[in-house]
Formats: sequence, structure tokens, C-alpha cells
Amino acid sequence: MRIRAVGLARGGTILALLCALPFAFSAHWVVNMFVFTLMYAALAVAWNLFAGYSGYISLGHVAFFGLGAYAEAITFSHTSIGSGYRPFYVLPLVAIGVGLASLPIGWVALRTRAITFAIVTLTMLFVFQNLATNLRSITHGSSGYALPVPTFSVATYERPFYFAMLGILAVALLVSWHVRTSKLGLMLFAIRGDEEKARGLGVRTTGSKLLVFAVSAGLTAMAGAVWAYYLTYIYPQYAVDPLVMIGSVLPVFLGGRGTLWGPVLGAFILVPAQQYLAYRLGASELYLVAYAAVFVVILLVLPRGILPSLGGLVERWRYRGSALAADDELPLQPRIGERAA
Amino acid sequence: MHTVVQAVILGVLTGGVYALMSSGLTLVFGIMRVINVAQGAMVILAAYLSSLMFSRIGLDPFLSIFLLVPAMFVVGVAAQLLFIRSLRGDHSVEMSLLVTWALALGVEGLLSVGFSTTDRTTLTSYADKSWSLAGYQFSVPRVIGFGVSILILVLLFALLRYTKFGRSIRAVVQNVAAARLLGVDPARVSAIGFGIGVSTAAAAGAVYGVIYPFNPGSHYDLISRLLSIIVLGGLGSVGGAIIAALLLGITESVVSVEVSPTWAALAFFIVLIAVLIVRPQGFFGLRERTL
Amino acid sequence: MTPLLEVDGLTKRFGGVTAVDACSLDVPAGSITAVIGPNGSGKTTLFNLLTGFARADSGRMAFDGRTIRRPDPTTLYRRGLTRTFQQARIFGDLTLVENLTVAIQQPWHRVGFASVSRSDRRRADGLLEEFGLARLADEQAGRLSYGQKKLLEFATVLMSEPKLVLLDEPTAGVNPVMVERIEQRIRDLHARGLTFLVVEHNMPLVMSLCDPVIVLDHGKKIAEGEPAIVQRDPVVLDAYLGT
Repeated sequence: MRIRAVGLARGGTILALLCALPFAFSAHWVVNMFVFTLMYAALAVAWNLFAGYSGYISLGHVAFFGLGAYAEAITFSHTSIGSGYRPFYVLPLVAIGVGLASLPIGWVALRTRAITFAIVTLTMLFVFQNLATNLRSITHGSSGYALPVPTFSVATYERPFYFAMLGILAVALLVSWHVRTSKLGLMLFAIRGDEEKARGLGVRTTGSKLLVFAVSAGLTAMAGAVWAYYLTYIYPQYAVDPLVMIGSVLPVFLGGRGTLWGPVLGAFILVPAQQYLAYRLGASELYLVAYAAVFVVILLVLPRGILPSLGGLVERWRYRGSALAADDELPLQPRIGERAA
Repeated sequence: MHTVVQAVILGVLTGGVYALMSSGLTLVFGIMRVINVAQGAMVILAAYLSSLMFSRIGLDPFLSIFLLVPAMFVVGVAAQLLFIRSLRGDHSVEMSLLVTWALALGVEGLLSVGFSTTDRTTLTSYADKSWSLAGYQFSVPRVIGFGVSILILVLLFALLRYTKFGRSIRAVVQNVAAARLLGVDPARVSAIGFGIGVSTAAAAGAVYGVIYPFNPGSHYDLISRLLSIIVLGGLGSVGGAIIAALLLGITESVVSVEVSPTWAALAFFIVLIAVLIVRPQGFFGLRERTL
Repeated sequence: MTPLLEVDGLTKRFGGVTAVDACSLDVPAGSITAVIGPNGSGKTTLFNLLTGFARADSGRMAFDGRTIRRPDPTTLYRRGLTRTFQQARIFGDLTLVENLTVAIQQPWHRVGFASVSRSDRRRADGLLEEFGLARLADEQAGRLSYGQKKLLEFATVLMSEPKLVLLDEPTAGVNPVMVERIEQRIRDLHARGLTFLVVEHNMPLVMSLCDPVIVLDHGKKIAEGEPAIVQRDPVVLDAYLGT
């Protein structure tokens, strides 16, 4: 119980700080950077919910981002945006719609085992990008799709988008937190640990994976929808973009797969860093090389991520020198320094 | 009917080149359970290098294969030693996917820096010539490219079947622990195997550059096709990859002609999904899932 | 009385090797049946076939009077047939209590509830107490010793109150004190009505604990009966000592 209170307090403080942020900084480029930071944080948390908890590396999640983006664009080419907030009010519908649409996709993909799953989902990414480009009658193809421009005040233009992304992140974190402390989370962690064994213990593996897959897809779609509205003009190669996919996955690896705050930490480190790199090297394509280098370093040097690595250090310090003994088990060897009984 | 047969011919010729690229990819998976997402980027890199050599010193791209293959073999071995060897643990297979994706990005970035981002082709004198046979057109570079691919695949097959090293590779693919007990060093086999995989990309790249326009970003299109091919053929099965590649070439070509070009790529994906529903391990994949 | 498990003509081939060759056996309800045999005689493959971790090429099995057409671990677990593995398989990231809780069947409407409810906790604690692991209830399972992991795995498969437990070499690689504890657990559970099918190499243990004893060699059943009789069977001795 104490742990939960501490966790809630920590979460509440962070979210409160994030709420205050856009009021503390008036520079547009700062708030803009944080809009994207929050977006990638939300995407990372959503991806972690499925991939981090179940151990299935999905490399096609950005397809749902694109689905959300186009859903928003298409909806508001037929409906008015009202005062400009209606595109935010429909987000839950986008989430539910894309979540349901993701079920057949997930069902087919999850018939494959770990590595084939990664490849199949990666292929799905390319297929969706292909579809976005070629279904011209629906998506306007490579000409792009325009969204209506809201009449938000210029000085604080980014704020509604900032809070929309923050809202999505908050929902994603809440869901993540609830799942990890629930029976569903237990089932997923068991699947991640040893799926065959889990099945041998009667765990409903397909159902639990599908459930988080759909929820994760819905959350991702919401971020895509807000992104589309923010940019007001979307192109297929950016709506379903491999770089956005990596941008959602890398923070999770950096911060720690399967943790709650790891993805957020990762995003808050990587997105500003990426923006800085783009600023310095963006004109030349060297930016891509630098990004790749960061990517590789993280994967090779910190494979477990920051939070689990820190956690491991703490554990080792706490349990230094002691072995676990069961109740009536005789210790086979005396500890170093002690004499035999 | 005539157009369909013509499309099938084109499909087979294209499929042969894809077969070369994907055979290396699936072989690497079989040896060390690594998916080299950078295979597409290696093809494009080779395309650029052969194109460069053609424009600078007039070396025919098909001849440049003799230079590119050994050079990129070394690159492949180096990459394996530097980046992939240290991947261990539970999810090292998926990690390899991400690391090699990063490598692909790095190569794409370097190519964008070194060359412009506009399309490029290796325009040899015979680039748009074609032979006529029984009323059908056979594009010259495609036929030569197909021939080269088949030749290299035969060499690869011979390597695997008849040489001592080939036997070591097959041993590692089947059972690493047993191979080790028989005196085979899996680490060495992995490094060299990866080099071989990249070499197939190098040869295919020289061919690719003559047939298609390419730019640094083309590797995505390529790798998406290659991944579908190896999954359909069954991860680790070279024979499966070859059959799947030919199937891809023919499907895309026929759909492109009979329906529309934009649906060609999608058609293959539908085939892939259909097969995966019925047979998740692809044509010849090992049924690792016992359930 | 119908045997709890009936196996008829089960066969499994891997390439050119016949791992299990037309194997037929019966496991009487309420018994501790042993399956012994020299290395490579097909014991673990047999277990895999019976529990759905491998698909048989031919043959038939019936559990609790019902024929099982396509054995599947999840369904078998729910019907009351469960197994442990030679290399103890537990969930290292989870605590001991969580390891046990995950083995409890969850109806869908409860997946959102807290991972370990009070009643789950009580059941898990009870089982851990019996196995002498109560003190480690909230430790990460990955930190256990090998013998403790085997105990945990054994405890885990009991959570669903099965009818038949297949133990694959329960005492392999475990120190003598632990062997005794495991044997005691089997006896206690057996006294409460649980049926066991045990693969073992520890002959003294098998002889004192199990009846009947089934002997496999090269995938075929070569003997079946009381331990004292099987022990003296020349065919069995031949298989072990070889020609």
C-alpha cells in the first residue's frame, strides 16, 4: 500500500510539472519541442504496454499512428472543427475505432513466433505506407491531405496540442500502470518470461496478447490524430514513417522495456537530443548517421535500459553476499569469513 | 495471354535477382539467428559503388562484381564482429533486427552525404536493349542479371554442399551445440557467414543498379520485399527463399500488368498473409512452435 | 477400474530416428507410476507427446476416460493433467507468490483485478508453506537455487488441483536433502489422492516410491510391473548394461 501511494505521488508530481511547463516557457520552439517529446513519450508508453510487457517486438505500430492521423483528417474534411476543440473530443472514438480495426491484424500477426512476428509487423509498416500512398481516393495519396486550421491564438498556439498530447500520455501511463498491477499484467509477464510454460499453466496467451495489442494500437492512433491536426497537412510517407517507429521504440530500450516510467525517461532524453542533432546537422544527411550511431550505442551498451540497470545495481548492493535459504534447508557451505559449524 | 507470359518472363528474371539477395539474408538467419535489416542498404551501397566505378573508370557493373564481392565481404565480417557479436541474452534476435536497422540508417545517411538524393541509374550501353525470342522481349540487363544471380546461387549451393566450410555452416544451422562438439567454431562461422550474406547483396546490387533507378532511401522498398520473401520461404531455408523470390517476382509482374502496378506489392503481401495463416512457419521453415 | 491415463501405440519420429515406438501404457488412478530407461530411450519425448508439447505421428491417448485427439498444454492443464520439466521452468522475473498465482485460472472478467488477490495469496502461501519456501514468498524467483526452483515448479503445477502430475526427473541435479523433501512431497500428495507419472534415474527412489514401473528402451516399452520384478527382469538389465 505504501508503495502505491509513493508511486501515485511521484506520478502526480511529474504530471503537475508537465502541466505547468507551457506556462513557464513562452518561446514557441520550446513548447513545440515538448509537444513532440510528449508525443514520443506517449507512443513509447503505448508501445511498451504491448511489446515491453509481452516481449513481442512489434515493428509495425506506426501503422496505427498513420491510421489515427488519416482518420482525423478524413473526419474533419466532412465535419467542421467547431471552436477548434472538436478534433480533440473525437480522440476516444479514434482510439476505439483503430483498436477494433487492429484486432484482425493482431490475430494474424500473433500466430507467428517471436522473430517472425517482428518481421511480419515490419512488413505491415511498409504495406500500410504503400496503402496510404496508393489509396488515392481515400487518402489523396502522395499529394497529401489537408486538415482545417484552428483559430487558436497565435501566441499560445501550441498549448492545446501540448495538453492533448499530455492527456494521451497520462491515459497511456494510467493504463500501463493498471495493467502491470493486474492479473493481465501477470499473464503478460509470464508470457514474456516463458510463453510455452505459461500455456502449460493454462494462461490465456492469445487473448491477453490481443487485448494489449488493441489497447496499444488505440493509444498510438490518438497520438497520430493529434499529430495530424497539429501539422494540418499530412503525407503518407510521414504518417507511416519508419523513423517514427524507431522514435517510439528507442526510448523504450533506453529507459527500460517493461518498466512504467522508462519509456517516458527515454523520450525526454532522446527527443530533445534528436532535435538538437537535427538543428546542428539537419541540413546535411549526417543527422541520420548520428541518429543511427546513438541507436546502436544504446542497444549495445545499455541493452536493458536505464531503469532496470539502475535497479540491478541497487539489488546487488542490497543483497550483497547473501544467498537465499529455504526454511529448513541446511546451508551447504559457510559464508566467507565464518567458521563451519 | 501473350501479355501474361511476357509478365511471367519478366517476373522470373526479377525473381532471380531477389532470390540472390534473400538467399544471403535467410542463410545468415539460419547460422546465427540474426535478421540483417541492412541487407537492402548493402544492395543499394553496392549499386552506388558499381555505378560510381562505371562513371569514373568505365568498369562494366557486371565486372565490378569481382571487386565488390570481396570488398563487401570484408565489410560484412567487420560489421558482424563490431556490432552483432556482442548481442546476447533473451531477445538477442529481435535486438539484432534493431541493430541492423540502425546500420541500414547509417548507410543511408552516408550515401545521402556522399551522393545526392536524386535517383540514379547505371546507364550502360545495353541498359535499354532487349533480345527477342519467340515473340517475347527479354531485356538484356535483366537476362544477364538473372544469369549472374543463378551462377552465384549455384556457387553458393556448391559451397554449402561440397566444401568443408559449407559443412560447418550447415552443422551450425542445424545444431550449434553439436557443431561445437565436432570442432566447429560457431563464432568464426557466424562472422564469415555474415560476410557471405553481404556478398550476395553486393553482387545483387551491381545488377540492381543497371535495372532500376535508385536513391539512398530505396533500401526500405527492398528490405520489405526481402523480409516477406524469407518469411514466406521459411526462415533459414535457402531453397524456400529462392522459390518465394520467384513467386514474388511473378506475382508482382503479373498483377502489375493485369490489374495495376500500385497493387502489385500488395498482392504479394496478401499471398504472404494467406500462407502464414495456414502455415505460420512458411514453406520450409522449421516448426519451432511445437503447439 | 479405468486407468487415469491410457496410452495406445504412440509413435514419434524425428527425421530418421524413432524416438517413441508404438508405446502403450496405462497409469492407474492413485498410483505413482515410474518411467525409467537408459538415456535416449524416449522418456522426455513421451512426456512431450502426452502433454501436447510435441505432436505424435500416430497413436492415441485417453485421460480420465476421454480420448484426447490433439493434446494441447492449455486444455490438458484445465482438465487436470500437468507436468514439470527436466530443467525447472519458472518465471524468473516474478516473485514466488506471483509464479503460483499465474497458474490459477482467470475468468476474463477478472483480468483487470489486482494481480494477487487475498484468496490467491492465501492459497499460494499455503502451498509455499508445505514446500518449505514460505520465507521466500516475495523474492524474485530468478534468485532461487536450482533445487529451490524445482520445488517452486512442482508447487506451481499443483495450483490448479490437478488429477495427474507428470514429473520429469524431479530429483536430477539436486542435493540429497532436497531429494528427501521432494520425495516427501510426492508421498504426501499421493496420500491425498494425486496420481503421478515420474521419469527418474534415481533407482533407489524409484524402487521405494513407485509402483508400477515402466521401462523404455529405444522408444519401446520393454517391461511393466512391480518394481521388485522389473528390477530382476533380464530384458531390463540387458537394456541398461548393454551388449
